[in-house]
Amino acid sequence: MKTVIAAVAATLIAGSAMAAGHCAAGKTLTEGKLTIATGNPAYYPWVLNDAPEAGEGFEAAVAYALAEEMGFAAEDVTWTRTSFDQAIQPGPKDFDLNMQQFSITAERDKVVDFSAPYYTAPQAVLTTQDIFVAGGTSATMAFLKEVQWGVVASTTALPVVMEQIQPTKSPLVYDDNANVIAAMQAGQIDAALFDLPTALFTSAVLMDNGAILGQFDPAAAENPDQFGALMPEGSALKACVDEALDALKADGSLAAIEAEWLQEATGVPLIK
Amino acid sequence: MPGPRLSLRGVTKSFDDVAVLKGIDLDVGRGEMLCLIGASGSGKSTLLRCMNGLEPVDDGQVLLDGIDIAEPGFDLGPIRQQIGIVFQSFNLFPHMTNFDNVCLAPRRVLREREDSLRPRVEALFERFGLGAHMRKYPDQLSGGQQQRVAVIRALAMKPQTMLFDEITSALDPELVGEVLDVLRKLRDEGITMVLATHEMGFARELADRVCFMDQGVIAEEGPPDMIFSAPEKERTRKFLASILR
Amino acid sequence: MTRRAAYEARQRRRANLIAGGSTVAVLLLVIVLVPLAPGWEAVRASFFDGEIFLRTFPDLARAFLLDVAIFAWSVPMIFAMGLAIALARGTNNPALFPLRIFGAVYVDLFRGIPVVLLVYLVGFGIPGLGLPRPWNSPYIWGTVALVLTYSAYVAEVLRSGIESIHASQRNAAICLGLSERDTMRYVILPQAIRRVVPANMNMLVALQKDVALLSFIGPVEILRQAGIFKSLLANFTPYVVAAVIFLCVTVPATRYADYLMNKDRNARS
Ligand SMILES: Nc1ncnc2c1ncn2[C@@H]1O[C@H](COP(=O)(O)OP(=O)(O)OP(=O)(O)O)[C@@H](O)[C@H]1O
Ligand SMILES: [Mg+2]
Repeated sequence: MKTVIAAVAATLIAGSAMAAGHCAAGKTLTEGKLTIATGNPAYYPWVLNDAPEAGEGFEAAVAYALAEEMGFAAEDVTWTRTSFDQAIQPGPKDFDLNMQQFSITAERDKVVDFSAPYYTAPQAVLTTQDIFVAGGTSATMAFLKEVQWGVVASTTALPVVMEQIQPTKSPLVYDDNANVIAAMQAGQIDAALFDLPTALFTSAVLMDNGAILGQFDPAAAENPDQFGALMPEGSALKACVDEALDALKADGSLAAIEAEWLQEATGVPLIK
Repeated sequence: MPGPRLSLRGVTKSFDDVAVLKGIDLDVGRGEMLCLIGASGSGKSTLLRCMNGLEPVDDGQVLLDGIDIAEPGFDLGPIRQQIGIVFQSFNLFPHMTNFDNVCLAPRRVLREREDSLRPRVEALFERFGLGAHMRKYPDQLSGGQQQRVAVIRALAMKPQTMLFDEITSALDPELVGEVLDVLRKLRDEGITMVLATHEMGFARELADRVCFMDQGVIAEEGPPDMIFSAPEKERTRKFLASILR
Repeated sequence: MTRRAAYEARQRRRANLIAGGSTVAVLLLVIVLVPLAPGWEAVRASFFDGEIFLRTFPDLARAFLLDVAIFAWSVPMIFAMGLAIALARGTNNPALFPLRIFGAVYVDLFRGIPVVLLVYLVGFGIPGLGLPRPWNSPYIWGTVALVLTYSAYVAEVLRSGIESIHASQRNAAICLGLSERDTMRYVILPQAIRRVVPANMNMLVALQKDVALLSFIGPVEILRQAGIFKSLLANFTPYVVAAVIFLCVTVPATRYADYLMNKDRNARS
């Protein structure tokens, strides 16, 4: 009887879309499916139209490329949504991978696992046209020290502002990008630090009078802001994800995805 | 000034179509002590409340020194200082000391200065045997003591007329004596008083005149000797028989 | 010692023994049983990390001072506004009828809107109309949002207090010749306010917690600071620190208020 069940099971597995014997086999939440989490909502240009299933947007595209590399067909990718807190709280997780611009930090790495970085984000200064003009189009550090900063609490922007810019007024802190923009439009803050793609999108689409003051050179940063896919601590999948990412980097497909979805990011002046 | 201190002419009052006072005519002379007696619900309290304007009358006149205070729209503020009223349930202000209870109105209404008010109020407390209780709160006193504080509070406004509504009915019999003494003193001072009471002893001993109220009218009035010994009306006789057994 | 005093002392000793014994037993059960739960290790590491506790405590305590400051400047405004609205709602003067309507609308409106929403609406919305600095400060407009909501509640509490004072008190005051105004000020209000102290204490405890909502529009108070630490350290211990700091203030404050009320009651009975 046992042998019969085993035989049936083996046939089923072999017959599924997943290549048997691949490294991800048996390591996902649901056998044969890859569950990927993103933000709620997910923002441009990481995910277009808040619809990751379409594979449009940088993170959505990377997600499908990763899945394919690991042997999952596109229809075997399941999407779910989490907040930052849900991603790092103790206890079992309901995703295999979580991609929402998580910066890799040593402290976070103690509690959860990160894949190898899939993007190194330059930090950019978002501001309004008025400030943009007042500060002169090429911003100096001295100018940046004097303005009122606003940042999103759960990002690494706050330590960057505090350590690299050391502003004279303490920064105001918000829950998400939308609130930072509201505060900027209410005239309560002058400048905000985002990763460059987010800053570009915000300035162009979400704000009437947004402007990018410049970007910090990621190569010059002590700890460049690198995004990694988040996984539960001790995830068995990590090795497979890293392996797949390496392959995507080696054959140039990651660079191609970046060029396709984040192409505006070039051409923003550096802040010195 | 000649003439009665207080005159009521054809006063009527109803609550929701129930006529409580059905045409009261009454004069209270200067320095007179008038007692209102009558069955429960006969309208004694209502009549007293109409006398100082607390209850607006439906029709008729309430003349204080010849001035109609029942005229609709009449400003009763100044009148209330001249007519003190003491209720059955004391109604002291529980959040103030007895002393402050008494001083509040002289301070706020008479604008009396503290240096003249203080000795005056202290003297009042002493006179009514409450010198030791001035700094206490009302609920630290016995019922009889509280009732005396209520009288002092009304007197502190130097009224020429005092209305008392069954001020002894909430008291134990042994406390009634205290209050009775107070009334005697006031009578000797020549203050005009109207007193609603169920204590026939009171009425007999103190009153210059007794009014018997029945179903919203003054059924009979006269000196206490006459009312208690030889009432003319049948219903007066019945009432007295019922309460004196 | 009288026979009665001796008996009462014996009873008290017995009660204390039982209370102490059962408390120790419950604590022991919690201390022994909770760590046996399978997820305990993970929870302990995420919520009760001693090293993170010590490291974040000073910054969180400093951030808490902002909560205290916002609380301290809001409370007088809340009570002044609440009192004004309560009085406006109680006015009988026909000339002041619009004021009465205003009071009713005010209370319905601001009690009906969640505080968070009002913080966003007022905190971002009004400055967005184009106020210059410093008049567009989130501190100002966040405070306004708190005052609007809480004064609506306080107004209702005060009004119920005013209505609970028996009409005979008002009558007594009026018969003494006091004006409506003086009657309210010296007779009705002092009693009404005393009567609603417990309800207002609860309100203040709730306010102390809602002060944290101002962080949604920028100010870095203790909960926001804890959130910042949480995302930097990927650990929830800073929230536990914040909770401990909150309790250190709210528990003694409520106990003290209880004590004051008991004292007041005992002094007068
Ligand atoms: N505010 C009121 N609303 C409605 N009815 C009232 C009101 N005050 C008094 N009444 C009614 O008026 C009638 C007379 O009441 P009142 O208090 O004057 O009687 P009383 O002679 O003082 O009686 P008692 O000796 O019991 O005090 C009663 O039937 C009472 O129910
Ligand atoms: Mg009566």
